[in-house]
Amino acid sequence: MRSVWQSIRTTIVFMVLCGLLYPLFLVLIGQTVFPFQANGELVKGPNGAVVGSRLIAQPVTQPGLFQPRPSAVNYAANGSGGSNLGPTNPALIKEVRGNILAFEKLNPTVSVSQIGPTEVESSASGLDPDITVRDAMLQIPGVAKATGLSTHTLKKLVLGHVRGRFLGIWGEPHVNVMDLNLAVLKLTHK
Amino acid sequence: MTFVGSLGIILLAVITVVLAIPLGTYMYKVFSGQRTIFEGIYNPVERLLYKLMGVNAETEMTWYIYTKKFLTLNLVMFFVGYLVLRLMGHLPLNPDHIPSMNWNLAFNTAMSFVTNTNWQSYMGEQAMSYLGQMVFVQFLQFTSIATGVVMAIAFVRSFVTRTGTLGNFWFDFVRIITRVYLPLSILFGILFLALGSPQTLHGAAVVHTLQGAKQTISRGPVASLEAIKQLGNNGGGFFNANSAHPFEGPNAFSDVLGILGMSLIPTALVVTFGQFIKNKKQARVLYIFLMATLVVGAFVVYAFEAAGNPVLAHVLGIHGPNWEGKEVRFGPALSSYFVSATTAYTTGAVNTMHDSLTPLAGLVPLGFMMLNMIFGSGGAGLLNILMFMIITVFLSGLMVGRTPEFLGKKIQAKEIKLATVAMLVHPFLILVFTAIAVVSKAGLAGIYNPGLHGFTEVLYAYTSGAANNGSAFAGLGANSPFYNVTIGIDIMIGRYVSIIAMMAIAGSLATKKTVPASVGTLATDTYSFGFVFMAVVLIVGALTFFPAVAIGPIAEQLKMWATGR
Repeated sequence: MRSVWQSIRTTIVFMVLCGLLYPLFLVLIGQTVFPFQANGELVKGPNGAVVGSRLIAQPVTQPGLFQPRPSAVNYAANGSGGSNLGPTNPALIKEVRGNILAFEKLNPTVSVSQIGPTEVESSASGLDPDITVRDAMLQIPGVAKATGLSTHTLKKLVLGHVRGRFLGIWGEPHVNVMDLNLAVLKLTHK
Repeated sequence: MTFVGSLGIILLAVITVVLAIPLGTYMYKVFSGQRTIFEGIYNPVERLLYKLMGVNAETEMTWYIYTKKFLTLNLVMFFVGYLVLRLMGHLPLNPDHIPSMNWNLAFNTAMSFVTNTNWQSYMGEQAMSYLGQMVFVQFLQFTSIATGVVMAIAFVRSFVTRTGTLGNFWFDFVRIITRVYLPLSILFGILFLALGSPQTLHGAAVVHTLQGAKQTISRGPVASLEAIKQLGNNGGGFFNANSAHPFEGPNAFSDVLGILGMSLIPTALVVTFGQFIKNKKQARVLYIFLMATLVVGAFVVYAFEAAGNPVLAHVLGIHGPNWEGKEVRFGPALSSYFVSATTAYTTGAVNTMHDSLTPLAGLVPLGFMMLNMIFGSGGAGLLNILMFMIITVFLSGLMVGRTPEFLGKKIQAKEIKLATVAMLVHPFLILVFTAIAVVSKAGLAGIYNPGLHGFTEVLYAYTSGAANNGSAFAGLGANSPFYNVTIGIDIMIGRYVSIIAMMAIAGSLATKKTVPASVGTLATDTYSFGFVFMAVVLIVGALTFFPAVAIGPIAEQLKMWATGR
């Protein structure tokens, strides 16, 4: 019985230490030292209202903005996830085919042979905030046509938003879609 | 495959070992009661904790008492955790109005977190209140790994004890948290915060997107969870997408941190073990063979993922790596190392959806969990390594006709029987539960992908449970009474039976006299022993699991090649 009593007390002590004091201490640090990150990197649009998080992809269905990668959960930022489709599942072919059609709709000048797997295969989180540099370049003609910006301007914009690998070694070079789209909107709202 | 990608994989293994060696030495000091850095702070805090807990942290315990304290504490934490999950809907810190869990989900989840498994049948952002994410998830992420590590330390003491006792459970349990996990978690938590993980008590943000649609963005105290999730080999994420979620893994830097977090302590424990037995070469031999296996696994995943899906290439003309279920910022190489490390170190966090891996790439995480000792999680992993070393010593002894000795202790019938129990409970659970699931209606109902892949989903689930890993082929609809209960039992037996059996061995070894090494002693710190050790592990693994993996991933890979030609 002594063990049980000791265990109950230990449970309470560590629940308070590791379950309350520790996370609340980090809340304190987060809210005072890193308030932008600690609240989810929320960003404002051209008219000053919060339009989303720069770490969370959002659906783009109309021309004029760069598209993020396809999402198996329809960009539900309160219900993340991948498709979990296996490599030999016929549903995977159907899904990718649908994604190709959706991509072609906004980028009519692009042929299938140019499309890379990143743009038509669903991300792991369904909220992947980034696209590859190649996928951004592929979308330039479509965005240029809808916004009236020159392809040259857009190319410069994309290249200016490329983030390289961590220390040049880990990860893939990528472009944050929210940053890029906000930059596009800034140019078109002038 | 690219040069940079391959370099990244090798560098991660090197950095892990380089950082783990000093940490292992430090942990030896922690467990042998020596003074460490910040002694002036730790000492009074720990004395206060002992007082609040009502324990004596000085009396030496036999294996029986030590194990009893471990089991009682686990039982109490399970019940308290279960209560939190059943009541959290009515408790504070719940800005998104998340309801309490039903009985079978709460049973599964409480069992899963108390055993360091972190199998999640629930979706984090939809089924766990902030209070639950803190006083259930983060609390148990500290204590479950701490109870695992101390059992391994107690076992190691059986080789060097002079009194037949194995140390004091409370002393070990408190010190591993205050001197290792808590300070490291604060450091990692702040880094994760700086890199982009949220840490807030505000509820979900509701925004109007650039196109004017409504988007609800879940957030919460993520960074603190992320730190102990990785450091403690827990793997249970804040969000459903786990480390793939941009809030849990905002960039490649945070991904590298996560990998190092899960790798450091289990790797360091091998050094700690070497320090206890005063044999550094033992640690080196284990390092070389285990790390090589891990790196080979990462390259196998990388090769198959980089080759891509031939079916999509053939039918749709989409060429290139398999990006289904991967994130751009990580890319195939880093994702491949993560897949290997999270199963080798029995963590279970994912930055890639394992269900969407190409079949043979998916075999690597499955295989690592089946072997369950490529480092393993903190503590439980070292126990499994020691268990296989005992089996290897015994088999080698049989082959050359010598009485087996392991680190100066005679290995006799009792130890071998117990080690065999600890070894066989793992495949027994996996194969029997999988067999039950695939012949029952309730089991088949959860399968998401058709055909051979569906079988692998079930096999993976029970392997993950028995190995206390927690990663999943997440298509499986595991949140049903059938899977919640069976996987919960799978997890429970997988954790406790092997630990109790190993502790009984420790109790037996502790009372044996140390035999001085002679010419006839089989040295376990040689490379030839390491080779035989790995061979035993692989042969035992292949003999038990080959039929199952043949009809799962291997057959599926052949099918994929055939379709994609």
